[in-house]
Amino acid sequence: MTYNTKLPHLSPAADEHAAQSASLLGSTLAAVWNPINGFFEWFGELGIFVAQVTRSAFRRPFEGRELIRQLDEIGSKSFPLVAMAGAAVGAVLALESRYSLVRFGAKSMLPAAVVFSIIHETGPIVTGLVVSGRVGAGIGAELGSMKVTEQIDAIEASGVNPYKLLAFTRILACILMLPLLTLAADCCGVCVGWIADTLADPISFQKFLSSGLHGTTFSDFLAPTFRTAVFGLIIGVIACFQGMSTSGGTEGVGRSATSSVVLSSLFVILADVLLVKLILVFFP
Amino acid sequence: MTPADQAVTLRVTPDGDELLTETADQHDATAPIVLQGLHKSFGAQHVLDGIDLTVGRGKTLAVLGRSGTGKSVLLKLIVGLQQPDSGSIRIHGQELPISDVEALNEIRKSMGFLFQHAALYDSLTVAENVAFPLRRHTKMTPSERADRIAQLLSAVGMENDLQKFPSNISGGMQKRVGLARALALDPGILLLDEPTAGLDPITSREIDELILKLQEEREVASIVVTHDLHSAKLIADRIVLLHQGRVVIEGTFDELDQSGDPFVAEFFKRDT
Repeated sequence: MTYNTKLPHLSPAADEHAAQSASLLGSTLAAVWNPINGFFEWFGELGIFVAQVTRSAFRRPFEGRELIRQLDEIGSKSFPLVAMAGAAVGAVLALESRYSLVRFGAKSMLPAAVVFSIIHETGPIVTGLVVSGRVGAGIGAELGSMKVTEQIDAIEASGVNPYKLLAFTRILACILMLPLLTLAADCCGVCVGWIADTLADPISFQKFLSSGLHGTTFSDFLAPTFRTAVFGLIIGVIACFQGMSTSGGTEGVGRSATSSVVLSSLFVILADVLLVKLILVFFP
Repeated sequence: MTPADQAVTLRVTPDGDELLTETADQHDATAPIVLQGLHKSFGAQHVLDGIDLTVGRGKTLAVLGRSGTGKSVLLKLIVGLQQPDSGSIRIHGQELPISDVEALNEIRKSMGFLFQHAALYDSLTVAENVAFPLRRHTKMTPSERADRIAQLLSAVGMENDLQKFPSNISGGMQKRVGLARALALDPGILLLDEPTAGLDPITSREIDELILKLQEEREVASIVVTHDLHSAKLIADRIVLLHQGRVVIEGTFDELDQSGDPFVAEFFKRDT
């Protein structure tokens, strides 16, 4: 048996067309592949960063001074914003819920609707998003600026581990402070929810609270609040990673601040979905 | 130094000519800084292409070269801020432990690094910047630390600006504070990236004299990256000229000044 291995002759126009097609195919493949590659590359680098921070966390010195400074920076300085956000949510919930519940003749359920909604979902997620905006942008910009001005290199060159001094302290402060800030947002939300409710239909705070907390257990309160520790982890890790991997001068610092906020908010929302499901499984 | 300590090194000029040069201390493996066959690339760009250098105790090596020839990268490799693609870096006879952060940090404590743009911590005052390594690595009492800070800042003429923030002082002053910070732990090795750039002639001269004093009194081994030929002439025992990632020539200032190599002559022509 014989095979004709001779390729058919192509005209110059056909050659050019084939080359154009190959070039188009190449650029299309690159356009599809590059974002996918970038996505996996980002996760790979994030994994390496987390490993470096974790490894540094268990070695002396433990950077207590810097941790306290960050607790103040992330916790105390976020308090007014978180409290106001919680209060606004409480007011809106009370006003909106009143309208709906009155329509269905369930006005007496209003305190429970407000308190349960704030403690279970709106308090934690609003706190997570507000902190990811304020703290995420702050950490991203601060570390980004330190990176491009070689301050992080200077820390490293002086024999100090920047992953511990800069990243671990901020991440731990975020983890510790988010549940406390959530408590603050919950308290403000419930208080302002009561004010909004009592302005329309006077009710004592004690009665509002006892009615709102009726039938709730400790796990109803505990799991959603401590869920925000995970939000803190996400915000701290992403903001520190984006900041410490900044390149490209002042424009890069701006990009890091923006991407810290965008990515940490996105991952907080995704984590919220997953954690709500997990909480429902473990605390039915 | 005995004749046996002298080594002959093959150098390649930018034109591709091979030169045989004598290099001091080439075999002194216990010298504070020994670099052998150092290669570093960023993507397709070969920044360092086989660098061999030795700096003995109390010696100062000036590194010259055009902008972008890898001089700053060389210093960052020595302090472990970047990793070489291949080659060996020995500090005080010990191979730089790039993968062991704790061991690397121990070695870094014996090195003072002055960055090209000073890299002062902008949230700390001048005094706090100098105190940073002291707080971290010494058990000094606050009064001892204050004395040490005053002494270091006085040496660089910054004793009256203790409470100022880096954003409130000039670039030259930042450089001087950066030098004081680099000297805080009494390092045995000094790596200075353009220490006199942006300084007035009087301050430049003072910085040069400070480096000479450290060289004589404390036998500090220094590598100074500079474009300042006057400064190099004053402080350096030996000078290397980098071009396209390679050492074109190594020798004393006079040897380089009298070199017949066209690139070396071109480099030295402008200022001298």
